[in-house]
Amino acid sequence: MSENTLAPSQLDQRDASWYVDKLVQILMFVGGISAIIFIIGIFVFITKEGLGFLFEGFSFTEFFGSINWRPTSANPTYGALALIVGTASVTGVAMLVAIPFSLGAAVYISEFATGRTKETLKVLVELLAAIPSVVWGFIGMSIMNELIIEVFDVPIGLNVLNAGIILGLMAAPIMTTIAEDALKAVPDRYREAAEAMGATRWQIIRQVIMPAAKNGLVSAVLLGVGRGFGETMAVLMASGHAINIPTSPFDSVRALTATIAAELGETAQGSEHYGALFALGILLFIITFIINLAADLVVRGIRKK
Amino acid sequence: MTARFAATELNLSNYRTERRYRLMLFSMTAMLVLPVLIILGILVLKGAPMISWEFLFEFPRRGMTEGGIYPALLGTIFIVVVDLIFAMPIGVAAAIYLSEYAPDNWLTRTINLAIINLAGVPSIVHALFGVGAFVIFFGFGTSILAAALTVAIMTLPLVIVATRESLQAVPQAFREACWSMGASRWQTIFAVVLPNAISGILTGLILEVSRTAGETAPIMFTGAAFFLPFLPESVFEQTMALSLHLYVVSTQVPEVPEALPYGVALVLIGIVLIMNAISIVFRSYLRGKKKW
Repeated sequence: MSENTLAPSQLDQRDASWYVDKLVQILMFVGGISAIIFIIGIFVFITKEGLGFLFEGFSFTEFFGSINWRPTSANPTYGALALIVGTASVTGVAMLVAIPFSLGAAVYISEFATGRTKETLKVLVELLAAIPSVVWGFIGMSIMNELIIEVFDVPIGLNVLNAGIILGLMAAPIMTTIAEDALKAVPDRYREAAEAMGATRWQIIRQVIMPAAKNGLVSAVLLGVGRGFGETMAVLMASGHAINIPTSPFDSVRALTATIAAELGETAQGSEHYGALFALGILLFIITFIINLAADLVVRGIRKK
Repeated sequence: MTARFAATELNLSNYRTERRYRLMLFSMTAMLVLPVLIILGILVLKGAPMISWEFLFEFPRRGMTEGGIYPALLGTIFIVVVDLIFAMPIGVAAAIYLSEYAPDNWLTRTINLAIINLAGVPSIVHALFGVGAFVIFFGFGTSILAAALTVAIMTLPLVIVATRESLQAVPQAFREACWSMGASRWQTIFAVVLPNAISGILTGLILEVSRTAGETAPIMFTGAAFFLPFLPESVFEQTMALSLHLYVVSTQVPEVPEALPYGVALVLIGIVLIMNAISIVFRSYLRGKKKW
C-alpha cells in the first residue's frame, strides 16, 4: 500500500454542512407533501364525523330524491334534493353572468388593451377578486336586495337572481385572470404569422388565438363553476335560505354550503343531524374534487399537444 | 387614377367588424368592473359616517346595536398572526421543495394537484375539517388556534404559488455560479435564491394577511364567537372576528341601525383592499428594480 492512498475513513468527506443539507432537504420534502397530507386529512376527518350518519340515518333514495330537509322535526328526514337544486340553480345563473363577461374581459385585456390601460384593468380585476365573500353577501342583502325589489317589483329580493348575480360578480375576476393567462400563453409567433397573412386583430383572435387557448378557457370556466358550488357566506346571505325547488329566478332557495353554515352551530356533536351536515360536506368535497380534477386534466391536454 | 394601395371593400368591412367587436369587448370589461366600483362607492358613502376613533376602539354595546368593533378588529389580528406562524413556514418550505428539489415525477404532479384542490375545496368544507380535526380530535376546542390552523391550511396554496413563482424567476445561472464555488444545495438556496426571491415571498405574505382577514366560514365554528364581552387571553380561547361580526350584525341581531353594518363592511374591505394594493405597488416597484 503506497503512502498516498487514503484510508476508507478519510474518503468520507461528509462534514456538518453535508448533514445540514440533507436535513433541510427532508424538511422541505415534508413541506412539499403537506398539501397531499392535508387533502387526505380533510377527506378522512369529514368522513369520520359523517360515518355514523352514513351507516344509520342515511338512505340513498331519500338523500338524493326527497326535498324534505327536516332535521329538527320529531321524525327527521334528510332529503338534500332541494339543496342540490338550489346550489345548481344559483351556480347556473352565476355562470350566465360570469362566463360571457369574464371571457370578453379576458380577450380585451389580453389582446386589445395596451400599456397603462392594460395594467390598470389587471390591477382592478385583481382587487375585485380580493373582496371577501361576507362583504359580497352583505352587498346582496342590502344594495342588491333593494335594487331587485325596485326593478322587478317583487316582494322579496333575496332569491336565485340575487345570489346568482352576486356569485357571478365574485367568480368573474378569477375566471378573467385564469382565461387571460391562457390567452397570454399562446405563442406570439401564432399572432405574427396570422398578421403577416393580412388578418385583422379580430380575425386573429377568433380563428387563431381562441382555438389555441381553448383548453385554458374551458378550465377557467370549470374553476368558476367549482367556485360557485363552494361559495358559502355570499350564498347564505343573498339566496333567501328557503328550502324550495325554484320555478323562477325570483324564488328563494337554499344551498348545500349555506345549510351547513346555518345549522352546524345548533347541532350537538355526534347527533344524527350533525352527521347529516358532514354528509353534505362529503358530497361537496367530492363534487368540487371532480371539477378541479377535470379542470386540471383539460389544462394538461394542452401541454401534451 | 385611384391609389394602388387603397383599402379594398373587404379590408374596410374587416376593419369595421374588428372595431365593432373591440367596442363590444371593451363594454363587457367595463360592465364587469363598473358595477362593482359603484357598489364599493355606495359602501364608502354609507359606511364612512360610522368610522370614528370610538367606532374602532370601543366594545359593542346594547346587544351590538351601538358602540364599536374593537374586540372584533383585535380578534382578526390575533387570527391573522397565528395563521401566519403556521402558513408561512409550511408554504415557503413547500414552494422551495417544488422549485428547487422536486423531480418531474408522479409525486410532484400529485402535490400540484393537491394544491389546486386545497384551493378549490369549499370554505365550509374546510370548516368541517377544522371542527373534526382541530376542535375535536386534537382537542383545541373552539379557539384562536383551531380557527387559525383551519384558515392556514385553506390559504396555504396562496403562499405556495406566490413563493414558487418568485423562486422560479431567479435565473438558473445564479444557482450554477454558487454551486461551482462548492456550496451545497441548501447554502445556495439560503445565500442566493431566497434573497433574490424575498419580494415574491413578502407579496405572498401580504396576500395571505388579506385573505385570512376576510374569511368567515372556516372560522365560524372553529374559534370565532358571535359576541364576547372581554378580550381573549390565550390562543386556546375564542375571539370575535371582523368578518363574522359583519355577518352577525347584518343577519342575526335585531334592530341594528342601518349604518352600522356598512361601517363594519367598510373597515373589513378597507383592510383587505389596502393590503392588496400594497402588494401590487410593492410588486411593480421591485419589478422595476430587478437586475436581470
